[in-house]
Amino acid sequence: MLLDAHWLQGIFAGLMALAIFVYAVLDGYDLGVGMLMPGNNQGHRDTMIASIGPFWDANETWLVLAIGLLLIAFPEAYNLVLKELYLPAAIMLVGLIMRGVAFDFRAKVSLDHKDTWDRVFRSGSLITALSQGYMLGQYVVGFENSWASLGFSVLSAIGVSAAYCYIGATWLVMKTEGGLQKEAAYWARRAGHIAFVGVIAVCIVNPLINSEVFEKWFKFPEAALLFHIPLLSVALFIINDRLLKRIPLENDFGCWIPFVAVIGIYFVCFQGLAYSFYPYVVPGKLTMSEAASAPESLRFILVGALVVVPIILCYTALSYKVFWGKATALKYY
Amino acid sequence: MLDTLLLSRLQFAANISFHILFPMITIALCWFLAYFKIRLHISGDPVWMRAYRFWVKVFALTFALGVVSGITMSFQFGTNWPGFMNTVGNIAGPLLGYEVLTAFFLEATFLGIMLFGMDRISPRLHTLATLIVALGTTTSAFWILALNSWMHTPDGFEMRNGVAFPISWVDIIFNPSLPYRLSHTLLASALTASFLIAGISAYRLLKGDDKRAPKLTLKTALVVAAALTPLQIFVGDMHGLNTLQHQPQKIAAIEGIWETEKGAPLLLFAIPDETTRSNHFAIEVPKLASLILTHDLNGEIKGLNEFENNHPPVAPLFWGFRIMVGMGLIMLVLSWGSTIQWIAKGRLNKFTLKVLVATTFSGWIATLAGWYVTEIGRQPFLVSGLLRTADAVTTVPAHDVAISLTLYLVVYVGLLIAYIHTLFLMARRSVEIEEITAKEQSLFLQPPVPHSGSNTLPSSS
Repeated sequence: MLLDAHWLQGIFAGLMALAIFVYAVLDGYDLGVGMLMPGNNQGHRDTMIASIGPFWDANETWLVLAIGLLLIAFPEAYNLVLKELYLPAAIMLVGLIMRGVAFDFRAKVSLDHKDTWDRVFRSGSLITALSQGYMLGQYVVGFENSWASLGFSVLSAIGVSAAYCYIGATWLVMKTEGGLQKEAAYWARRAGHIAFVGVIAVCIVNPLINSEVFEKWFKFPEAALLFHIPLLSVALFIINDRLLKRIPLENDFGCWIPFVAVIGIYFVCFQGLAYSFYPYVVPGKLTMSEAASAPESLRFILVGALVVVPIILCYTALSYKVFWGKATALKYY
Repeated sequence: MLDTLLLSRLQFAANISFHILFPMITIALCWFLAYFKIRLHISGDPVWMRAYRFWVKVFALTFALGVVSGITMSFQFGTNWPGFMNTVGNIAGPLLGYEVLTAFFLEATFLGIMLFGMDRISPRLHTLATLIVALGTTTSAFWILALNSWMHTPDGFEMRNGVAFPISWVDIIFNPSLPYRLSHTLLASALTASFLIAGISAYRLLKGDDKRAPKLTLKTALVVAAALTPLQIFVGDMHGLNTLQHQPQKIAAIEGIWETEKGAPLLLFAIPDETTRSNHFAIEVPKLASLILTHDLNGEIKGLNEFENNHPPVAPLFWGFRIMVGMGLIMLVLSWGSTIQWIAKGRLNKFTLKVLVATTFSGWIATLAGWYVTEIGRQPFLVSGLLRTADAVTTVPAHDVAISLTLYLVVYVGLLIAYIHTLFLMARRSVEIEEITAKEQSLFLQPPVPHSGSNTLPSSS
């Protein structure tokens, strides 16, 4: 057989990792923008919403794709993860619902209701980010039920929310100008500091609580190939912080650099996580081959994925091109 | 005491009932929007732009509700029904995957362009984006109904060690009930959107809106409803015949037939009783059920007693079916009555408008009733003959499910109220908006309006 089960599992694990990464970047920035909405400045809120308006829906679709790929390729892992994360998942879904609808309701109701929907949007974004971070923490500790892992999960919730604010704020630096842009640069630095502490904490705690991870990271010579991960992320954090302090530069030069730098940080951290857990789909519980579904099903969906995913990436790029440049007021027509 | 099974079923019912309301509108509404845009291109008359502009806002709001409630659905299988994926994941997974890949991204991405990109791309490209969104919503309906139909009439697979494996994807996708279920559901969406457009437009007229746009949308919606309601009744009948062939126990429950009989009567009213396995207070038309279902006065219909312990609960099917058919008949009378009144009198009277407002959401009632009939009608199976609902449920403790169910219910009720309130609020507000702005005049009206030197707008009829 041209594509045997082993290869198929690898390909689907890769596709799933891609979907999760793209989701974290894309929905990350719009969740971040949601959390950062200031209570006292309606004008800024309108511009911030306008900057994510055309994109948020497609961004959330990456979550559906990621969970869909888990369901298609690793049904047992899908069942296990969602059973363990039953309540946080339900809370996250309610958060997603609140922010999704608030976004549309706010544009269609009278002014006094608009503030209410903005609050719903902000808290929905916060609930979503916190529960995603909490779930990530639970996943990393293998759904262990102890005070230590609960503490780690809470830490992870704060870290992920800060990371979303970080990318959201740099998105605003890129998409806005004037007072809001300056403020966004300030938010980005603050969120960046918290996210930095969070990443360091995860780097320390993760090998300590999971001996397999420890061995992987401190086994030579493989570990030598991993040095770029901490080095690169620290370097990017520091460079970004220095740059954000000086925003805006003359002619708004390089307003996109902080956003791209955060994507770089995300990528490096994500690589670290993926390396830590390969070949497990659920850390310490299920490996890829244990959880995988039938090869004939994977082959059928792979054909579609190979044709359609490039097309999706093309028209996603098209959409970003159409809305290129600084955000302008949203008009429905 | 409520157990995990019952709570999970209630939760799934709540999620899917809430979710289906919105796609039922958006699938067809987007084709209406594309139609408005195409008419705009052909005629250059900006009134079509005004019609588009009002309804695209409704579309955006409805679509958002559909998206977020749909995300919940994709988690449900894992959180509450692990047995479903364990048993038929090899079939269900790829079908859901194709829905995400070929439909969700398409509609979500082009929706952004459609809603906010009009100033940034050419009018023709914008209409193309609208058409792509419409195509996306319809494609999405195709895949999800392929999976749903497969759960009713599974085909193209084999069982190995209690797990379904695919043999023929063509047979899986185009399983026996798909053509009927798909056309029945798409038509239901068209009718739901038509009555929504008619109801909201009628509401605007009643509130003193004398512009052309609401009259135009009202007329369009009524003509579509008048044309499609008879077709829907015809397709529904075929769907019923298909069900009789593959799921006779469902039909027996719908008709309240306990014993197999030749020349079965059609029950207009009855209270089916599962403890005595008979009907109380039955009002029946002799032989009519046999005539409708077998097209033969003395055709044989299998009774529920042939499927003891393997048939669905009778009362919900019996009543759900009658509510659906009742709504269909109301839609038929209303769409034809109003169209005829419009042709004869040139306008609709106040009473007709009020009735149309009252039936704004008639499509929702008919859809939910019909959906309950078909889904409850599959019980006690989750996948006909393969997997029992009770065997697929999660082991999550009941109180966790109770918490999540309560959470969802509170959110859903709140959002439903906000949604309906906002629709009518938008309608009221549109009454005061001028019909056509100067910019639209210059953009769309052909030939260009003679420039009088003043900024006043030509009065609109």
